[in-house]
Amino acid sequence: MKLYVPLAIFLALVGLFGFGLWWNSTHIPTLVPSPLIGKPAPDWKLPLLYHPRQSLDKAQMLGRPYILNVFASWCFACADEHPVLMAYGRDLDVPLIGYDYKDKRGDALAWLAKHGDPYTQVVADESGRTAINFGVYGAPETYLIDARGIILWKHIGPLTPHVIREDLLPRLLKLGVHPKVTT
Amino acid sequence: MIPELGQMALILALLLASVQALFPLLGAWRGSSALMRMARPAVAGQFVFVVLAYAVLTHAFLVNDFSVRYVAENSNLTLPWYYRFSAVWGAHAGSLLLWVLILNVWTLAVAMFSRRLPEAFVARVLGVMGLVSVGFLAFSVLTSNPFVRVLPAPANGMDLNPVLQDPGLVIHPPMLYMGYVGFSVAFAFAIAALLGGAFDNLWVRWARPWTNAAFGFLSAGIVLGSWWSYAELGWGGWWFWDPVENASFMPWLVGAALIHAQAVTEKRGGLRAWTLLLSIFAFSLSLLGTFLVRSGLLTSVHAFASDPRRGMFILMLLGLAVGASLLLYALRAPKVVGGKPFALASRETLIVVGNLMLVVATAMVLIGTLYPIVGDALNLGRVSIGPPYFGPLFIVLMAPVVLLLPFGPFARWGHADLREWKRIGLIAALASVIGGSLFAWAASGGMPGWQAWLGGLSSAWVFAGVALYARKRWVSVPAGRRFPAEMAGMLLGHLGVGIFLAGALLTNSLSVERDVRLAPGQTAVVGGYTFRFEGVTDVRGPNWIAHQGTLVVTRDHQQVTVLHPQKREYSGDIVQTKAAVSAGLFRDLYVALGESLGAHGAWALRLYDKPFVRWVWLGGLFMALGGFVTLLDRRFRVAVPQTDESMSTPTADAQPITPRAREAGA
Amino acid sequence: MKPVLRWAALALLLGVALAATAIDALPFKDAAQEVRFQNLTRQLRCLVCQNEDLSDSNAKLAQDLRYEIFQQMQAGRSNAQIKQWLVDRYGDYVLYKPPLKPSNYALWFGPFVLLAIGAGGVGIYLRRRAQPQAATGFDEDEDW
Repeated sequence: MKLYVPLAIFLALVGLFGFGLWWNSTHIPTLVPSPLIGKPAPDWKLPLLYHPRQSLDKAQMLGRPYILNVFASWCFACADEHPVLMAYGRDLDVPLIGYDYKDKRGDALAWLAKHGDPYTQVVADESGRTAINFGVYGAPETYLIDARGIILWKHIGPLTPHVIREDLLPRLLKLGVHPKVTT
Repeated sequence: MIPELGQMALILALLLASVQALFPLLGAWRGSSALMRMARPAVAGQFVFVVLAYAVLTHAFLVNDFSVRYVAENSNLTLPWYYRFSAVWGAHAGSLLLWVLILNVWTLAVAMFSRRLPEAFVARVLGVMGLVSVGFLAFSVLTSNPFVRVLPAPANGMDLNPVLQDPGLVIHPPMLYMGYVGFSVAFAFAIAALLGGAFDNLWVRWARPWTNAAFGFLSAGIVLGSWWSYAELGWGGWWFWDPVENASFMPWLVGAALIHAQAVTEKRGGLRAWTLLLSIFAFSLSLLGTFLVRSGLLTSVHAFASDPRRGMFILMLLGLAVGASLLLYALRAPKVVGGKPFALASRETLIVVGNLMLVVATAMVLIGTLYPIVGDALNLGRVSIGPPYFGPLFIVLMAPVVLLLPFGPFARWGHADLREWKRIGLIAALASVIGGSLFAWAASGGMPGWQAWLGGLSSAWVFAGVALYARKRWVSVPAGRRFPAEMAGMLLGHLGVGIFLAGALLTNSLSVERDVRLAPGQTAVVGGYTFRFEGVTDVRGPNWIAHQGTLVVTRDHQQVTVLHPQKREYSGDIVQTKAAVSAGLFRDLYVALGESLGAHGAWALRLYDKPFVRWVWLGGLFMALGGFVTLLDRRFRVAVPQTDESMSTPTADAQPITPRAREAGA
Repeated sequence: MKPVLRWAALALLLGVALAATAIDALPFKDAAQEVRFQNLTRQLRCLVCQNEDLSDSNAKLAQDLRYEIFQQMQAGRSNAQIKQWLVDRYGDYVLYKPPLKPSNYALWFGPFVLLAIGAGGVGIYLRRRAQPQAATGFDEDEDW
């Protein structure tokens, strides 16, 4: 019996590897779940991209759910994602806040002028300091925050129609809003 | 047309590998000499075609045949010829071909140097190696064909990953593969022994030189990899416990256990099942490493671009090869413990304890490397496992091995002299406390930190053990017989352990690192050395442009060296730091160039003073040398008449065999 | 797996230039603080990299985090506080030394459990096999 122990351990390892291969083909390996899900969003107060003297903060956004979309002009994947936001952004029935991450103002303005602006408001985090509190580690990222300021959901990487329908929409419906997008 | 020849050669090699796998094994089973005799021609034929395929791919690189996709992806017109040579193994498909080529080199060597072994045994060994070859050639032909064309051919290729454009990387992979694949020989011997039911200790005797050689190559390969990443990446470290590093380290640890277990089995007939199992493990872990590196299962800086199909294929290969071997082991391993009797205080006991620690350390590395996947599987959340996990646990698990090491050579087989142990332990302890402390003191230039102190103590302990045994041989044995090659190899290897301990612990403790901003003319002091920054100029290489800094290093107003760190830009905007290292036996001075910091020509620079870092690799090279030196042993070369009466000796228990008689067994 | 591919392209874009060393030249209070900073950032993972510590990563985020850690050090926060601050934002994944908690018990204790089992096995083997008075009197050369 004892002699079968190595074989048994090895077969368990093969099972683990098989699982790992399957996992890697269905998940993004560098994706790290955020510990902030279900917790209050950090306090934030950021200047508006179009009107740098004015600012928007967490308190002003309380009272209704909103979506925070982290983007940057230097981010290729954001350009991939952008048409999706252009197509769906207005139909989600919640404010879509653009979060311009570690960008130069001029670059961001030019980029939005070129690709279109799907956002309700755009805030600028030039230093990326506030983004650390959100646990942002790249762009694009998208957060869904409820009326009490709790982070409900985070998506890392570009939004796709599939992600919007499968992941975002059910959560929006649960919040009682009426998106015009259909599943 | 030529690349297609390469592909045909690969397919023919696969056919011949199948012949090499099937007929000799069948012949050995049915007792058909005619079938068994097919092994060697098949080996030779396969070798020729694999060399041909490899030469074709190399040729495609040398003549810039960008119609071959693999060439287009890994080379371009400006790549210097010597890197086009090594670009062959710069990515997955070509490095797999190198793997197969090296397997064929080992197989050919076994076929050539095994003429004195029993026919059926050789047939089984070559058959098993043929099976391994079938697996990897099929892997290459079916999923990773390096000869695939891209039409129309691009005018120029992309580039070889700049990280690989370094002399260290020209030799590191071939060395490493020599080690990995070399364990296939010990593996094949073990499987052949299991198949043949030959549970005498003779197979171990034949397997030993091959195992030692593979261990030597693997040590050298790991040392080269460590040195390359230190010199090239600008991070100043020499080991990161990255999954890919671990993948090479696990077979090394098991290999270290194996070469010691083999000694017990060969000389004393004990640990027969364990030695078989370790032989299977060593090669299995090599295969596992290949799987981890090429499947993209783990995130690592070194991993090849992954492809799930390949991952699946190689997992099947791994499962079949290792699963079948372990099943065979379970069915056929000797169930009766054998071997000559031994007392609790004996070399046997020490080797068993050392083996336990090495294997548990291997398990620890395996657990740490795979735990992230376990975390995903059981939904435990994502974890990172790095040096702060592996380092301390490894030290704890290896401490007993280091403690026992001086006693090993003194411990006789069967029954050790306890009074001698006490004497040796006492002298080594004195040497360790006094000499080691002085060493640590001198190296630190003052009161040593705990790590430096530990480095001094442990290395002096090992050095004392080695020196005492060398002295004993010198005094008690007549000239000419004092240090047979096998013993010299052992002493060199153990000396390497001491050198490594000193290097690793001293450099960890004493290294000084500073990130500074320097404008031309400004200086920074690191570890008593003054680095004066002279500014940055632009230089141009064959396929890169670089900013090159100049730093003059002085100590007590004496110029020590001038360093030229570079920041190279290759095609495709890939930036590559090229650190400048002034290497020395007792310390390295090391500079990496960072970013330009605006006005006045200021730059960010990282300066290191790294005492004793060379000893890390020197220790590894001594271990490698130890493995190679044992090959010179006379008994491996002595020609022996065909009638070999010891062949029929069932076990070693039968009679004490005198050295002469055993020599005849070679 | 198109999204994966895009994400890979994105990772490249984030400034994970493979082998460019990160050098910051931060104005430390003294050498001890610099060493403390180096040791701390070695134990933390660069989130966007393949497998690199925070100390060596050239990624933008890694630079930001290093600066943040530097500032917190100036503010007198302890290593444990700084680590906790990072874990609150990025999870245990930033720590190269996984915390000792139930989900990691197998990781931390597994090797020692194996050692105990192995030591038990070796103990039984030696008990069964080793004899107090085994054969003695081999000549010296028998060793080798």
